[in-house]
Amino acid sequence: MTEVKDLEALFQAKIDAEQKIEPKDWMPEKYRKNLVRQVSQHAHSEVVGMLPEGNWITRAPNLRRKAILLAKVQDEAGHGLYLYSACETLGVTRESTIDDLLSGKAKYSSIFNYPTLTWADIGAIGWLVDGAAIMNQVMLTRTSYGPYARAMVRICKEESFHQRQGYEIIAVLSKGTPEQKDMAQDALNRWWWPSLMMFGPHDGESAHTAESMKWKIKRESNDELRQKFIDRTVQQAEVIGLKVPDPDLKWNEERGHYDHGEIDWKEFWNVVEGNGPCNHERMKARIAAHENGRWVREAAVAYASKKARKKQAA
Amino acid sequence: MSNALFTYTLRLADDLLVLSHRLSEWCGHGPVLEEDIALTNRALDHLGEARNLLQYAGQVEGQGRSDDDLAFLRNERQYRNVKLVEQPNGDYAHTIARNFLFDAYHLPLMHALLKSKDDQLVAIAGKAVKEATYHLRHSSEWMVRFGDGTDESHQRAQTALDDLWTFTGELFVEDDVQKELEKAGIAPASGPIKAAFDSTVNEVLKEATLKRPEDGFMAEGGRDGRHTEHLGYILAEMQYLQRAYPGAEW
Repeated sequence: MTEVKDLEALFQAKIDAEQKIEPKDWMPEKYRKNLVRQVSQHAHSEVVGMLPEGNWITRAPNLRRKAILLAKVQDEAGHGLYLYSACETLGVTRESTIDDLLSGKAKYSSIFNYPTLTWADIGAIGWLVDGAAIMNQVMLTRTSYGPYARAMVRICKEESFHQRQGYEIIAVLSKGTPEQKDMAQDALNRWWWPSLMMFGPHDGESAHTAESMKWKIKRESNDELRQKFIDRTVQQAEVIGLKVPDPDLKWNEERGHYDHGEIDWKEFWNVVEGNGPCNHERMKARIAAHENGRWVREAAVAYASKKARKKQAA
Repeated sequence: MSNALFTYTLRLADDLLVLSHRLSEWCGHGPVLEEDIALTNRALDHLGEARNLLQYAGQVEGQGRSDDDLAFLRNERQYRNVKLVEQPNGDYAHTIARNFLFDAYHLPLMHALLKSKDDQLVAIAGKAVKEATYHLRHSSEWMVRFGDGTDESHQRAQTALDDLWTFTGELFVEDDVQKELEKAGIAPASGPIKAAFDSTVNEVLKEATLKRPEDGFMAEGGRDGRHTEHLGYILAEMQYLQRAYPGAEW
């Protein structure tokens, strides 16, 4: 009989050989749990992320922007669906995954606990938040778990469109009236630091990094991805004449990267722990949708079983 | 005639724009993720259809107004949608019943418009007819699920129908605009559209074990810009940025 130790060695050999792990393959329980945590967190982020953006659909400034925003938020819902399905391949049902979100057991990206106060925030979310997410997601197209990697390929295509449309919103505002330019700068000021926090704690303090790297769930560390994002985004801000709100930001010739100021980790943990500006509202909205939808889901189930019974009787 | 055609095109457009607005309010709050996607998708369909119609209305008017001008810079009394589409979302049964009643009218209207003498309306209807077909399928299926689902869903669906029925008369209004364009072969006659509406409603409600409400008092006025109080709030929200920053590009 094969020992668990041997199975683990085989599993690791497969990963080292860049073969994908598929749902029916043997995997260490910790690998499965780590993935369930990460994929479900990702799914929840897509779904909760619909709220701050949905907040501006009815107020979008013209019909074209409204159509783009509707399509974008619809994409996020679609991403949520594939990712809940990816979780199901790991043996957890959508119901239980959603219950974990609503009970507060599962987390979602803290960035969605910040409010969208002006139209420019819709631009900032696309440009900065989706821009930061892409850094992570491009890496995840090569993650070791097959269904997650494949879902990510499709998601990345859509996210890169989201990033471009967000940047375009901000670019148009920054060339607009003085009030619009202020709106754009204000959005950058408010979203810059929370976007950097999206990459998570520094490598030395990240609870899951080492194991995730060994199993190739992650392939680049939090700090590496954050640096990539900063290097790219600072230049994009310059092009449209906006100022990144970090007095310590400067190009480091020797490293070939931008140096940046320290992130306020107190704020980060505060929001993670539930005390961000919108944590309460976001959860309340998700719980209300779930509760108000209960009779709808029950009706669908009742009707389907009635129909099945009739079919059987016939 | 161009005046009547302008008004008629706005009526078609405003129904869709206002309904799209209402459906987009559900985004992120749907009863299940698939329905969130379905409603957002539908909101997007209607927005696209409304844009085509508003662009055409602007051409017909000939004053250089764009689709955005017509959407964002007309006031409550200048909107020409039926009162049905501006009614609040309510619970999911109200939203579905509102969709269903509108779809039962909209699909035969789009079919009939394919034979219009106005080429632009034919082209616009040609695209909308495909969308209207699956909109009606979606709303009908949910009417049946609710009606023949649980006691609670049956009750909610019946209440929604009873609440909204008064707004269905206006879908078939026969006024001067309608008559003039009917005579010109541009607008389809209301009679056959009403017959198609009746047959769809009767068939679906029968399968859903729901009761068709009695035709009592029918609310009208939307087609002439006399709306319910709800429309003012919809426009206040929709038009906020255009009104607050006049002339800005977005």
